[in-house]
Amino acid sequence: METAANRNKKDPAKPAKLGREVQARLGQQLRAMYDEVVNQGVPSRFTSLLTQLDGEENKDKR
Amino acid sequence: MAMDESVRKSVLSAVPSLRAFAISLCGNVDRADDLVQETLVRALANIDSFQPGTNMSAWLFTILRNHFRSEYRKRRREVEDSEGHYADTLKTQPEQHGQVEFREFREALAHLPSDQREALILVGASGFSYEEAAHICGCAVGTIKSRVNRARTRLAELLAIDSADEFGPDEQTRAVLAGGRD
Repeated sequence: METAANRNKKDPAKPAKLGREVQARLGQQLRAMYDEVVNQGVPSRFTSLLTQLDGEENKDKR
Repeated sequence: MAMDESVRKSVLSAVPSLRAFAISLCGNVDRADDLVQETLVRALANIDSFQPGTNMSAWLFTILRNHFRSEYRKRRREVEDSEGHYADTLKTQPEQHGQVEFREFREALAHLPSDQREALILVGASGFSYEEAAHICGCAVGTIKSRVNRARTRLAELLAIDSADEFGPDEQTRAVLAGGRD
Protein backbone atom coordinates (compact mmCIF):
# COMPACT_ATOMS: atom_id res chain seq x y z
CA MET A 1 0.00 0.00 0.00
CA GLU A 2 1.25 3.42 -0.86
CA THR A 3 1.55 5.65 2.17
CA ALA A 4 1.22 9.41 2.34
CA ALA A 5 4.87 9.62 3.31
CA ASN A 6 5.97 7.68 0.23
CA ARG A 7 3.81 9.80 -2.02
CA ASN A 8 5.38 12.95 -0.69
CA LYS A 9 8.88 11.66 -1.28
CA LYS A 10 8.05 10.94 -4.89
CA ASP A 11 6.45 14.30 -5.53
CA PRO A 12 8.94 17.14 -5.26
CA ALA A 13 6.29 19.75 -6.07
CA LYS A 14 4.24 18.89 -3.01
CA PRO A 15 2.94 21.66 -0.77
CA ALA A 16 3.69 21.70 2.94
CA LYS A 17 2.95 18.30 4.40
CA LEU A 18 -0.20 17.94 6.44
CA GLY A 19 -0.31 15.94 9.60
CA ARG A 20 -1.97 12.57 9.31
CA GLU A 21 -4.63 13.55 11.84
CA VAL A 22 -5.56 16.55 9.73
CA GLN A 23 -5.72 14.46 6.59
CA ALA A 24 -7.84 11.89 8.39
CA ARG A 25 -10.24 14.56 9.55
CA LEU A 26 -10.57 16.01 6.05
CA GLY A 27 -11.09 12.56 4.58
CA GLN A 28 -13.83 11.74 7.07
CA GLN A 29 -15.73 14.92 6.34
CA LEU A 30 -15.35 14.54 2.60
CA ARG A 31 -16.66 10.97 2.63
CA ALA A 32 -19.47 11.81 5.05
CA MET A 33 -20.66 14.54 2.70
CA TYR A 34 -20.34 12.33 -0.36
CA ASP A 35 -21.90 9.26 1.22
CA GLU A 36 -24.88 11.28 2.31
CA VAL A 37 -25.81 11.48 -1.38
CA VAL A 38 -24.69 7.94 -2.22
CA ASN A 39 -26.92 6.58 0.54
CA GLN A 40 -29.97 8.08 -1.17
CA GLY A 41 -29.66 5.21 -3.63
CA VAL A 42 -31.03 5.37 -7.17
CA PRO A 43 -33.90 7.85 -7.61
CA SER A 44 -36.75 6.32 -9.60
CA ARG A 45 -36.28 8.75 -12.49
CA PHE A 46 -33.11 6.89 -13.42
CA THR A 47 -34.57 3.40 -13.38
CA SER A 48 -37.46 4.74 -15.49
CA LEU A 49 -35.00 6.42 -17.83
CA LEU A 50 -33.11 3.19 -18.46
CA THR A 51 -36.33 1.32 -19.12
CA GLN A 52 -37.43 4.04 -21.52
CA LEU A 53 -34.07 4.14 -23.34
CA ASP A 54 -34.09 0.38 -23.60
CA GLY A 55 -37.56 0.48 -25.17
CA GLU A 56 -36.51 3.10 -27.73
CA GLU A 57 -33.50 1.06 -28.70
CA ASN A 58 -35.66 -2.00 -29.31
CA LYS A 59 -38.06 0.00 -31.45
CA ASP A 60 -35.20 1.41 -33.56
CA LYS A 61 -33.73 -1.96 -34.29
CA ARG A 62 -36.91 -3.66 -35.31
CA MET B 1 -30.99 -5.90 -29.14
CA ALA B 2 -32.32 -5.28 -25.66
CA MET B 3 -30.02 -3.73 -23.15
CA ASP B 4 -27.85 -6.39 -21.60
CA GLU B 5 -29.03 -7.03 -18.06
CA SER B 6 -25.48 -6.85 -16.74
CA VAL B 7 -25.01 -3.47 -18.46
CA ARG B 8 -28.21 -2.18 -16.93
CA LYS B 9 -27.13 -3.36 -13.50
CA SER B 10 -23.66 -1.87 -13.67
CA VAL B 11 -25.01 1.45 -14.98
CA LEU B 12 -27.61 1.66 -12.22
CA SER B 13 -25.12 0.73 -9.52
CA ALA B 14 -22.94 3.66 -10.59
CA VAL B 15 -25.80 6.18 -10.31
CA PRO B 16 -25.56 7.00 -6.58
CA SER B 17 -21.87 7.82 -6.84
CA LEU B 18 -22.37 9.70 -10.14
CA ARG B 19 -24.94 11.90 -8.41
CA ALA B 20 -22.62 12.62 -5.51
CA PHE B 21 -19.84 13.53 -7.95
CA ALA B 22 -22.19 15.67 -10.05
CA ILE B 23 -23.36 17.58 -6.97
CA SER B 24 -19.77 18.23 -6.00
CA LEU B 25 -19.10 19.58 -9.50
CA CYS B 26 -22.07 21.86 -9.93
CA GLY B 27 -23.24 22.47 -6.36
CA ASN B 28 -26.91 22.05 -7.16
CA VAL B 29 -28.96 18.87 -6.77
CA ASP B 30 -31.41 19.52 -9.60
CA ARG B 31 -28.71 20.46 -12.06
CA ALA B 32 -26.69 17.46 -10.90
CA ASP B 33 -29.55 15.07 -11.57
CA ASP B 34 -30.00 16.55 -15.04
CA LEU B 35 -26.28 16.08 -15.58
CA VAL B 36 -26.52 12.43 -14.55
CA GLN B 37 -29.51 11.93 -16.84
CA GLU B 38 -27.68 13.49 -19.80
CA THR B 39 -24.70 11.28 -18.98
CA LEU B 40 -26.79 8.11 -19.04
CA VAL B 41 -28.43 9.06 -22.34
CA ARG B 42 -25.01 9.68 -23.91
CA ALA B 43 -23.51 6.55 -22.41
CA LEU B 44 -26.26 4.25 -23.65
CA ALA B 45 -26.21 5.84 -27.10
CA ASN B 46 -22.50 4.97 -27.21
CA ILE B 47 -22.58 1.74 -25.28
CA ASP B 48 -20.79 0.01 -28.17
CA SER B 49 -17.67 2.02 -27.35
CA PHE B 50 -17.62 0.65 -23.81
CA GLN B 51 -15.12 -2.17 -23.54
CA PRO B 52 -16.59 -5.06 -21.56
CA GLY B 53 -14.42 -5.97 -18.62
CA THR B 54 -13.26 -2.41 -18.04
CA ASN B 55 -14.54 -0.19 -15.27
CA MET B 56 -18.09 0.94 -16.11
CA SER B 57 -18.13 3.42 -13.27
CA ALA B 58 -14.93 5.13 -14.46
CA TRP B 59 -16.31 5.24 -18.01
CA LEU B 60 -19.51 6.94 -16.83
CA PHE B 61 -17.58 9.38 -14.64
CA THR B 62 -15.47 10.34 -17.67
CA ILE B 63 -18.57 11.05 -19.76
CA LEU B 64 -20.18 13.07 -16.98
CA ARG B 65 -17.05 15.06 -16.30
CA ASN B 66 -16.45 15.87 -19.99
CA HIS B 67 -20.08 16.82 -20.50
CA PHE B 68 -20.02 19.08 -17.46
CA ARG B 69 -16.79 20.71 -18.61
CA SER B 70 -18.12 21.50 -22.08
CA GLU B 71 -21.37 22.90 -20.66
CA TYR B 72 -19.46 24.84 -18.07
CA ARG B 73 -17.18 26.41 -20.64
CA LYS B 74 -20.21 27.75 -22.46
CA ARG B 75 -21.58 29.28 -19.32
CA ARG B 76 -18.30 30.72 -18.22
CA ARG B 77 -18.49 33.28 -21.00
CA GLU B 78 -21.22 34.85 -18.93
CA VAL B 79 -19.71 34.31 -15.51
CA GLU B 80 -15.95 34.42 -15.70
CA ASP B 81 -15.11 33.09 -12.28
CA SER B 82 -14.01 29.58 -11.50
CA GLU B 83 -14.13 29.84 -7.72
CA GLY B 84 -16.64 32.41 -6.60
CA HIS B 85 -19.40 31.34 -8.95
CA TYR B 86 -19.57 27.88 -7.49
CA ALA B 87 -19.61 29.33 -3.98
CA ASP B 88 -22.48 31.62 -4.92
CA THR B 89 -24.38 28.70 -6.39
CA LEU B 90 -24.11 26.96 -3.05
CA LYS B 91 -25.36 29.99 -1.16
CA THR B 92 -28.52 30.03 -3.23
CA GLN B 93 -29.18 26.40 -2.33
CA PRO B 94 -29.59 26.63 1.42
CA GLU B 95 -29.11 23.19 2.96
CA GLN B 96 -30.85 21.64 0.03
CA HIS B 97 -28.50 18.73 -0.11
CA GLY B 98 -27.26 18.14 3.33
CA GLN B 99 -27.12 18.73 6.99
CA VAL B 100 -25.98 21.87 8.69
CA GLU B 101 -23.00 19.99 10.09
CA PHE B 102 -21.38 19.82 6.66
CA ARG B 103 -22.01 23.43 5.76
CA GLU B 104 -18.62 24.75 6.78
CA PHE B 105 -16.82 21.93 5.04
CA ARG B 106 -18.91 22.32 1.90
CA GLU B 107 -18.21 26.04 1.76
CA ALA B 108 -14.50 25.43 2.11
CA LEU B 109 -14.67 22.84 -0.66
CA ALA B 110 -16.46 25.37 -2.84
CA HIS B 111 -13.50 27.72 -2.57
CA LEU B 112 -11.09 25.26 -4.13
CA PRO B 113 -10.25 25.62 -7.81
CA SER B 114 -12.46 23.21 -9.74
CA ASP B 115 -9.60 20.97 -10.93
CA GLN B 116 -8.41 20.48 -7.35
CA ARG B 117 -11.91 19.86 -6.07
CA GLU B 118 -12.68 17.20 -8.64
CA ALA B 119 -9.34 15.43 -8.06
CA LEU B 120 -9.91 15.36 -4.31
CA ILE B 121 -13.45 14.02 -4.68
CA LEU B 122 -12.49 11.30 -7.16
CA VAL B 123 -9.63 10.01 -5.02
CA GLY B 124 -10.81 10.84 -1.52
CA ALA B 125 -14.53 10.10 -1.83
CA SER B 126 -15.39 8.20 -5.01
CA GLY B 127 -12.67 5.67 -4.26
CA PHE B 128 -10.84 5.81 -7.59
CA SER B 129 -7.12 5.14 -7.74
CA TYR B 130 -4.82 7.97 -8.81
CA GLU B 131 -4.49 6.23 -12.17
CA GLU B 132 -8.25 6.01 -12.69
CA ALA B 133 -8.72 9.62 -11.62
CA ALA B 134 -6.02 10.70 -14.07
CA HIS B 135 -7.79 8.82 -16.84
CA ILE B 136 -11.15 10.40 -15.96
CA CYS B 137 -9.65 13.89 -15.93
CA GLY B 138 -7.45 13.32 -18.97
CA CYS B 139 -4.22 14.29 -17.25
CA ALA B 140 -1.06 12.74 -15.83
CA VAL B 141 -1.07 10.75 -12.59
CA GLY B 142 1.44 13.19 -11.08
CA THR B 143 -0.91 16.05 -11.85
CA ILE B 144 -3.73 14.34 -9.95
CA LYS B 145 -1.45 13.68 -6.96
CA SER B 146 -0.34 17.28 -6.92
CA ARG B 147 -3.93 18.56 -7.17
CA VAL B 148 -5.08 16.31 -4.34
CA ASN B 149 -2.21 17.46 -2.14
CA ARG B 150 -2.88 21.10 -2.85
CA ALA B 151 -6.61 20.60 -2.27
CA ARG B 152 -5.99 19.02 1.14
CA THR B 153 -3.59 21.76 2.18
CA ARG B 154 -5.97 24.50 1.10
CA LEU B 155 -8.93 22.87 2.82
CA ALA B 156 -6.98 22.59 6.04
CA GLU B 157 -6.13 26.28 5.80
CA LEU B 158 -9.70 27.29 5.07
CA LEU B 159 -11.04 25.22 7.93
CA ALA B 160 -8.21 26.40 10.18
CA ILE B 161 -7.35 22.83 11.05
CA ASP B 162 -3.84 23.11 12.35
CA SER B 163 -3.83 21.19 15.54
CA ALA B 164 -3.93 17.44 15.57
CA ASP B 165 -4.96 17.54 19.22
CA GLU B 166 -8.42 18.75 18.32
CA PHE B 167 -9.39 15.44 16.88
CA GLY B 168 -7.83 12.84 19.09
CA PRO B 169 -6.19 9.67 17.89
CA ASP B 170 -7.96 7.37 15.51
CA GLU B 171 -5.49 4.92 14.09
CA GLN B 172 -7.95 3.17 11.83
CA THR B 173 -9.08 6.36 10.13
CA ARG B 174 -5.50 7.48 9.71
CA ALA B 175 -4.56 4.24 8.07
CA VAL B 176 -7.53 4.44 5.73
CA LEU B 177 -6.79 7.97 4.63
CA ALA B 178 -3.06 7.46 4.29
CA GLY B 179 -3.75 4.70 1.81
CA GLY B 180 -6.46 6.38 -0.20
CA ARG B 181 -9.86 4.76 -0.12
CA ASP B 182 -9.25 1.31 -1.48
